[in-house]
Order: sequence, then structure tokens, then C-alpha cells
Amino acid sequence: MSSDKKHIFDNPRNVQRVLYGLFASLVLLLAIEPFIHGHPYFAWEEWFGFYAIYGFVACVLLVLAAKYILRPFVKRDEDYYD
Amino acid sequence: MIEFIPPAFIYIAGSLLVPLLRGRVKSAYMLFLPAVSFFFLISTQVGSAWEVSFLGFDLVPFKVDRLSLVFGYIFHLISFIGIIYTLSIKSDLEYLAGLVYAGSALGVVFAGDLFTFFVFWEMLTVSALWLIWAKRTKASQAAGFRYLMVHVFGGLVLLAGIIMYISEQQSISLGFIGLHSPATFCIFIGMGINAAWPLLHSWLTDAYPESTVGGAVFLSAFTTKTAVYALARTFPGTEPLIWIGAAMTAFPIFYAVIENDLRRVLSYSLINQVGFMMVGIGIGTELSINGAAAHAFAHILYKSLLFMSMGAVIFRTGKINATDLGGLYKSMPWTALFCSIGAASISAFPLTSGFVSKSMVLDAAAHGHMSIIWLTLLFASAGVFHHSGIKIPFFAFFSHDAGHRVKEAPPSMLIAMGIAAFFCIFLGVYPRFLYSILPYPVDFIPYTAPHVLSQLQLLMFSALAFTLLLLSGIYPAEIRAINLDADLIYRKGGHLFYKVMDKGLNNINRAVEQLFVNNFIVGLTRIVKHLPAKMLAQICWPFWKSAFDAADKKTISENLLKRAQTGFYPISILGLFVAIYFGLLYLL
Repeated sequence: MSSDKKHIFDNPRNVQRVLYGLFASLVLLLAIEPFIHGHPYFAWEEWFGFYAIYGFVACVLLVLAAKYILRPFVKRDEDYYD
Repeated sequence: MIEFIPPAFIYIAGSLLVPLLRGRVKSAYMLFLPAVSFFFLISTQVGSAWEVSFLGFDLVPFKVDRLSLVFGYIFHLISFIGIIYTLSIKSDLEYLAGLVYAGSALGVVFAGDLFTFFVFWEMLTVSALWLIWAKRTKASQAAGFRYLMVHVFGGLVLLAGIIMYISEQQSISLGFIGLHSPATFCIFIGMGINAAWPLLHSWLTDAYPESTVGGAVFLSAFTTKTAVYALARTFPGTEPLIWIGAAMTAFPIFYAVIENDLRRVLSYSLINQVGFMMVGIGIGTELSINGAAAHAFAHILYKSLLFMSMGAVIFRTGKINATDLGGLYKSMPWTALFCSIGAASISAFPLTSGFVSKSMVLDAAAHGHMSIIWLTLLFASAGVFHHSGIKIPFFAFFSHDAGHRVKEAPPSMLIAMGIAAFFCIFLGVYPRFLYSILPYPVDFIPYTAPHVLSQLQLLMFSALAFTLLLLSGIYPAEIRAINLDADLIYRKGGHLFYKVMDKGLNNINRAVEQLFVNNFIVGLTRIVKHLPAKMLAQICWPFWKSAFDAADKKTISENLLKRAQTGFYPISILGLFVAIYFGLLYLL
């Protein structure tokens, strides 16, 4: 495969299309929620967008905690054990 | 006619022929082994067992029930896939170790007594070791050695437990044990080490990334899942497992976010996935045990698929750190596709295998109204998508182009990945197949509108978080570094122990030498040498005083000393001690 061949994500427009696709699907997922009723086990499952907010907040907290709390504690040079 | 041959026998005895064969015959033979073994297994009746009397105990080296069958099926399937994958690697050591390893795992799964169970359990450790050492690097040697030490320790704890348990129960049959005595605690912990419980897990993240390209595929499938089987067999419904499992799902994902070595990221997410199974076993209802078994089945497929894709990346580029990779979708498009299918499955996207298995465990937790556990598992589900679902494919195949222009993975690897990817989707689309082989009847429907929607919301908004963090530059950059983990205790602790022993014991040694050899012995010799003459002089001098004058005293003393030292006088201080000793013996 020649190195000067253009690939799909070399074009910034395609990257942008992926992002727009993501945003559109997010809006869609929230938009259809009022029309779908389940049998929740917990009260909070009935809050609007519970799963969406939980997923988003969980990931942000995960990354921040890993970056600012865990990494300063555990990071060592690659030859630490040698 | 032979009714059946135990799979472990076919694998282990069959592996011995492998080094003698060459070329296509060898490849065909190796694929033939799991196929034959599988044929015997499906022709075996559920409930059949093989009993042998040995030293007064009833051994049951082969026993089939529905729980062991689930694991038996998946172990056959994954060893078949693993063998296809390694065909292009051409290493007899790995073939032999891989087959014995898979055979030992099958031996554990179909063991009907504690003795057989333990023998295969130890063979699992010993054969796995060669899959690590076969990489033949200094790092893999050291990691393999640590792997051995940890598992030998675990094996001894298990053995101690088993021996005490047998003497308690007067029986070696393998069945429900439950947590109630020191013996059962030992068994529990011995199994827990192989299941990579928190703080006992670091052998896994230490050794798996150091193993060979093909070795990691085998390793990821057998050791921990054999422990899952063992715990499901002996400790279902044991409550501590719920908390252990919840901790296992949560803590590794933090490490996975900051880890640079992508196979180590997969190792952390392996622990996370086994955590779901632990929770399922701990809850102990039919739904949750089904969930644990189903999740083990699905997990083995997508986890080894991910390890295969990362192995292919190492095989072609020689690199595995996220800092060295990126943009590989251009030269390895098929590997990138299969990796993405594995990533979608581990994230439990609808229509993939993870969706139909993981939700059983979550549902079981919700049925039991365990809100904290349920929220932890949900957090872990979002987190696993974040690091395994996005991070692995993104940093290896997309991200900034690291400039690797390599060939696509060899055909055998692509075929193996293709089969695994097929099953990931097949199980997701047609869960009835998976549900039909579970230990208990299944009354669970994964595809309901609210369930699909909530799962998609959870995942897509996690993806949004990743995207926003990445675009804003907050996402932690991959750094060439290592991250300390529980193995610090024995890796640095080993050095510390050595130093403490070196400084402590050697100083004591020196002090004792100074005290005894240099002071006490020298003093004793001096006493022995001089005391008789001195005593004699002391005793005699009052009498001699009148006969000699002071000037002669010195000469007389010197003569006395000389004579005493040459043994002229038949007396010595030690002789005196002996006399006192016998005197005391006589009197007392």
C-alpha cells in the first residue's frame, strides 16, 4: 500500500461527519425516551436521561480521577523495576 | 467400543506428537485434536461420570454436568481458534504448552473429585508459564518467574485447604463447599488468586502483556475462567464474592485509562470482566449463575479476539505501546474491523455477545435490590466501553498516524479473528443459542425496547465524554511510564526483604562472631592456659614465702606457668570442671 494514498480519515471532513453522526444519534436517543416505558427496578431509572447522564458523568469522573489522582501516585519511569 | 475419552487426555496425550510432525500434517493434526475431543464431548450424556478407586478414595477424573459443559464447549472453541491463530507463528514450544494448558483447563472443568481437580489446577500453572517464557526476553523471564511464585503460593494455600477439608469431610468429592471453616477459607483464597481478586491480581497484569503473541490469546481464556468455573461450582451464593466482584469491576478501569501498553490495558479490562462473573456467582440465584456462565462464554470470545488483534499488531509492527501506534487502519483494515467488533462486544453494544450476557448479571443484582452493587456495575460498564471499547481500537488503528506501513495480518490470524468475531455477533443476534447451553433454564429476554435504549444511552454518552475530553485536550496523554500496582509489594518488597535480611542477619552474624569467636573463645583459651598455674601459685605461695625471697618469686612463677602450659602438671581447669560436673551428678 503506497504511503501517499489518501485514506478515509485523512480527510478532515470525514472526521467531522463521524462527529455529527455521533451528536445526531445522541439527540435521537434522548428524543425517543419519553415514548418508551420500561419496568424499572430502581426509582432513579425513571428520571429523564438517567443512563445518558450517568454514562457521561461516570466517564468524565473516571478520566479525571485517573489523570489527577491515580497517575501522580503510581507513575514511575519505565526502568523503575530494573 | 470406547464410550468416551476425556478431553484432557486427548489434548495432553495428543500434544506429545506435535513436535514430531511437520508442515501441513502438523497443522491439520493440531486442529484435529479439539475437533475429536469436541465430538466425544457432545456424544457424552449429561450426568455421566467415570469412577476409579485409588488408595481407598473414589476418584472421579471425568464427570459431566451442565455447568461444566458450558465451560467445556467454550474451551474447545477457543482452543480451536487459538490454534488457527498460532499456525503462522511456528513455535513447537507454544503449541505444546498451549495444548497442555487447554487440556489442563478441561481437566479442571470435568474433574469430579478434589484430587484430580488439584492436579490439573497445578498443571495449568506450569503449562501457562511456558507461554510467557516462550517470548524469550529478559522481561518475560522475570514476569514468568513472578507468575510462577504467585501461583505456587496460591496452589499451596489451595492444597492446604483441600487437605484440611478432606480430613473434615472424609470425602474427596467435588461439589458445593461454602465458606464456613479455615479449610474452606484456604480453598476460597487459593481459587481467588487464580481469579485475580483485587490485590491478588497483579500477576495477571504483570505477566500477560509479557507473553508471546499467541500465548496471550490462550492465557486470556483459561486461567481466570477456570477459577470462575471452580468458584461457581464450590462457592455459589457466597456473599463476599459480590463485593469482591464489584471492586474488581471498578478499580482496574482507572489503571486502564492511564496505561500505555495496550495488552496491559486489555489485562486490566479482563479483571474488570471477571468481576462481573464474580458478582454473578456471589448473588447465587439461577439467573445470576446463568449470567456468570454466559458472560464467561461471551467474554472468552471477545477478550481473545481483542488479544488476537493486538497480537497481530505486535506481529507486524513490533510495537504495542499506544505512544508508538496509530493510523494502522490504513495498512491492517481487517484487523481493525475485527478489533472493533471485539471492542463493541466487550462494551455490550446491542447485537453483540456482551449485551446478552452482561445484562443478566446486572438484572440479577437489580432483582436482589443491591443498589450500590448495581450502580458500581453500571459505572464499570460505562468505563469498560471507555478504555476497551474506544481506547484500544482508537489508539492502535486510528488516532494520529504513527507511520507504520506494514502488511495485513497473515491469513491464519485473520481467519481466527474472523471466527471469533462471527461468534461475537452470532451470540448477540441469536442469544437463544447461548441460553440453551446454560446450567439452568433461562427466562430472560435481553432485547426489550427500554433495555436497548438505556444501554445505548449509557454507551453513546460515554463516547461523547471521550470525544469531548479528547478534543479539549483533557484526556490524559499516553506517557512512556509504568504504573505501580499491587505487585510493588513483592517486586520492591522482595528487594527490601533481601536488604533487611542482608543488613540485619549479617550484622547479627558479625556481632556474634565478634562476641564468641574473638572475645569468648580467646578469653576461654587464656583462662584455660593461665588459670591452673595461677591458682597453683596462689595456693602454694603462702608456703613458699618463708623459703624464698621476693626476687626468686618471679622465676618460680614463670617456671610454674611453663610447666602448667606444657602439661607437666596433670591438672587443668577443664579437668576441674569435669570433676565438679561429676561431683554434682553424684550428689544430685
